[in-house]
Amino acid sequence: MSSAFEYAPAPESRAVVDIAPSYGLFIDGEFTEAAGGKVFKTVSPANEEVLSEVTQAGSEDVERAVKAARKAFEKWSALPGAERAKYLFRIARLIQERSRELAVLESLDNGKPIRESRDSDLPLVAAHFFYYAGWADKLGHAGYGADPKPLGVAGQVIPWNFPLLMLAWKIAPALACGNTVVLKPAETTPLSALFFADICRQAGLPKGVVNILTGDGSAGAALVAHPDVNKVAFTGSTEVGKAIARTVAGTDKKLTLELGGKAANIVFDDAPIDQAVEGIVNGIFFNQGHVCCAGSRLLVQESVQDELLAALKRRMSTLRVGDPLDKNTDIGAINSAEQLARITELADAGEAEGAERWAPACELPDAGYWFAPTLFTGVTQAHRIAQEEIFGPVLSVLTFRTPEEAVAKANNTPYGLSAGVWTEKGSRILWMANQLRAGIVWSNTFNKFDPASPFGGYKESGFGREGGRHGLEAYLDV
Amino acid sequence: MPTTVPAYGKEAAGRLASMADVTASDGALRRFLHGLPGVDAVGLQARAATLGTRSIKTTAKAYAIDLAISMIDLTTLEGADTPGKVRALCAKGINPDPTDRGTPRVAAICVYPDMVATAKEALTGSGIHVASVATAFPAGRAALPVKLADTRDAVAAGADEIDMVIDRGAFLSGRYLSVFEEIKQVKEACRREDGSYAHLKVIFETGELQTYDNVRRVSWLAMLAGADFIKTSTGKVAVNATPPVTLLMLEAVRDFHATTGVQVGVKPAGGIRTTKDAMKYLVMVNETLGEEWLTADWFRFGASSLLNDLLMQRQKLSTGRYSGPDYVTVD
Repeated sequence: MSSAFEYAPAPESRAVVDIAPSYGLFIDGEFTEAAGGKVFKTVSPANEEVLSEVTQAGSEDVERAVKAARKAFEKWSALPGAERAKYLFRIARLIQERSRELAVLESLDNGKPIRESRDSDLPLVAAHFFYYAGWADKLGHAGYGADPKPLGVAGQVIPWNFPLLMLAWKIAPALACGNTVVLKPAETTPLSALFFADICRQAGLPKGVVNILTGDGSAGAALVAHPDVNKVAFTGSTEVGKAIARTVAGTDKKLTLELGGKAANIVFDDAPIDQAVEGIVNGIFFNQGHVCCAGSRLLVQESVQDELLAALKRRMSTLRVGDPLDKNTDIGAINSAEQLARITELADAGEAEGAERWAPACELPDAGYWFAPTLFTGVTQAHRIAQEEIFGPVLSVLTFRTPEEAVAKANNTPYGLSAGVWTEKGSRILWMANQLRAGIVWSNTFNKFDPASPFGGYKESGFGREGGRHGLEAYLDV
Repeated sequence: MPTTVPAYGKEAAGRLASMADVTASDGALRRFLHGLPGVDAVGLQARAATLGTRSIKTTAKAYAIDLAISMIDLTTLEGADTPGKVRALCAKGINPDPTDRGTPRVAAICVYPDMVATAKEALTGSGIHVASVATAFPAGRAALPVKLADTRDAVAAGADEIDMVIDRGAFLSGRYLSVFEEIKQVKEACRREDGSYAHLKVIFETGELQTYDNVRRVSWLAMLAGADFIKTSTGKVAVNATPPVTLLMLEAVRDFHATTGVQVGVKPAGGIRTTKDAMKYLVMVNETLGEEWLTADWFRFGASSLLNDLLMQRQKLSTGRYSGPDYVTVD
């Protein structure tokens, strides 16, 4: 980075968000204390500052929340679709109106740069509610019969990487279809879901339609196991996803899982190089690499490998790592100490197994959880960093010689969530898309999201689709 | 990577000679230009937009405003230009803000060839260059001898810099070598009697070339032909400088430099009117080429109204208050 033109700090104001010292559980339209009275702290990963104290939900709280949702279901599901849509449109507009506040909150609690929460997360959250609001009175035209029925109470457990966006992906289609929900946000990022509870009140949403339970994994486990939950939706690790599948097995609960990934971002020798470099950077360093569909394996054709890697390293050297609230930050903080330890462990394993590690010179803050954007070259399929999901800003570079080899390597993983193809040849894009066993294939772009586009995985990346018309199926009795 | 030499130095010719094989014939040049990596329009525009979100505040803003002022080619290219108008513009260029003598001077005054002598005289001793458009600007629709005479006339009148237009018709019909040869001949016409050269800026009129692939190709073509600067537009057509086009040209300059070591300048022109716009361009230069290009020797703005907006923002920074159009001079 140039020294002459040094960007002065440009922090987004924290004053736009008012975080209370403590929060209860949002059950039946009210914030209430937990039966067990247990609380835990949520911190800002950028500096380990305690942001607030939130409540640990126990099994009694789960019981209460599910009961509230069950009670609300009767009236909510009986509302005409157009009436439910009114609430969803109202929620969408409130999110837009409060987007600056929510963006700052998300960056504080999660550690992601404000540029992303402001320009990516929040616009997508609002768009998701607008999109499914539009479906609420048109369910008969979605291809699931003339008058498809909702399932009942949905128990939803979401991850910490896109707290509010994952909430939107879960709640918007559930409500549009006439279900009521009990949602558990991730332990490290509960705040935006609690602010969403306030938005539900602001929108006048009937009590009990949306319930928010904060807590650790045990709260999530109690929720998905609850006998009166009709539908379980989970986004998170494959390990937890498997445990949930075992819990739900043998019951009549409907299940969708959106789990891990180890996406291949495949660059052919005729790719638009500068844009491919941007796509690689966006693919793996967007949201610190805390993205299930992250392009964590770069497959580059050997004939352009030197040129591409030189360009990639040059570009990585301009990435700005630091204060998530600074508007010029490209890469923020790792979400938790636990995640940082996992990333560190896998990166060290990459080095130990003989891959070559490279990172641009960058100063990391002293407090908080940080990991420099890192590149591994000389990676083979046999390395752990080519197989396991790192869920951090670490890119493994592999090479291929022919399109067939690219496909074979890309598919050689237990996962199958996403993939990227970079080539100027349209026919090859279509051929590759047919060969790749991944739920999403991006061509000449990466990490592009839209509420109208279904999202979901193959193999151990899960099943079911979120987004688009397909996303309705998970919340309808079909 | 080869060592850096400036495009307008003596060593550059030798570096270009090392690329002579790709310009040896029309076929070779076409194969080379068409072999350059393609440009994905959506991705390019997205990158330019992201760089446009950089927030330049306080000290960085003060630095960038002064830098931008010092990079302006303050321009008047009207049929109605008179010696009086040109002299007024020159006075403005020398002393942009009468209330603050610490304001930097602009880089150059850009005029038509017949106004070069007037501008040269008005700028005596100021260090500000006189840039002249030439080669049947803006359309470039004249015979080559006319274009060369136009150029020599401007150089003889004292122009320090020549802004030529390429033959877009030849480029769009695929006669790349013809465009290449024309640039080389204009460059030769920039030679002064003492053997030195007026600096040559090559205008592509990217709004007429339309595709990004064309912009990358014409950038390489002009740099191979010896351009000292590559410039987006004349300011006389509907679409002038845009951030994505300029970003692409910066990338071409970066790649050309990596290949040959020759440092070439970039000048977006037309449509850049606000301080905010100028900041976005400087951010693109900073993050694509780095600080070696952050000087008036290697980056220019072709603009007229931009200067007053920069001055108003400069006053705002130093006084804490917005002034207004009545507090900057109209020339």
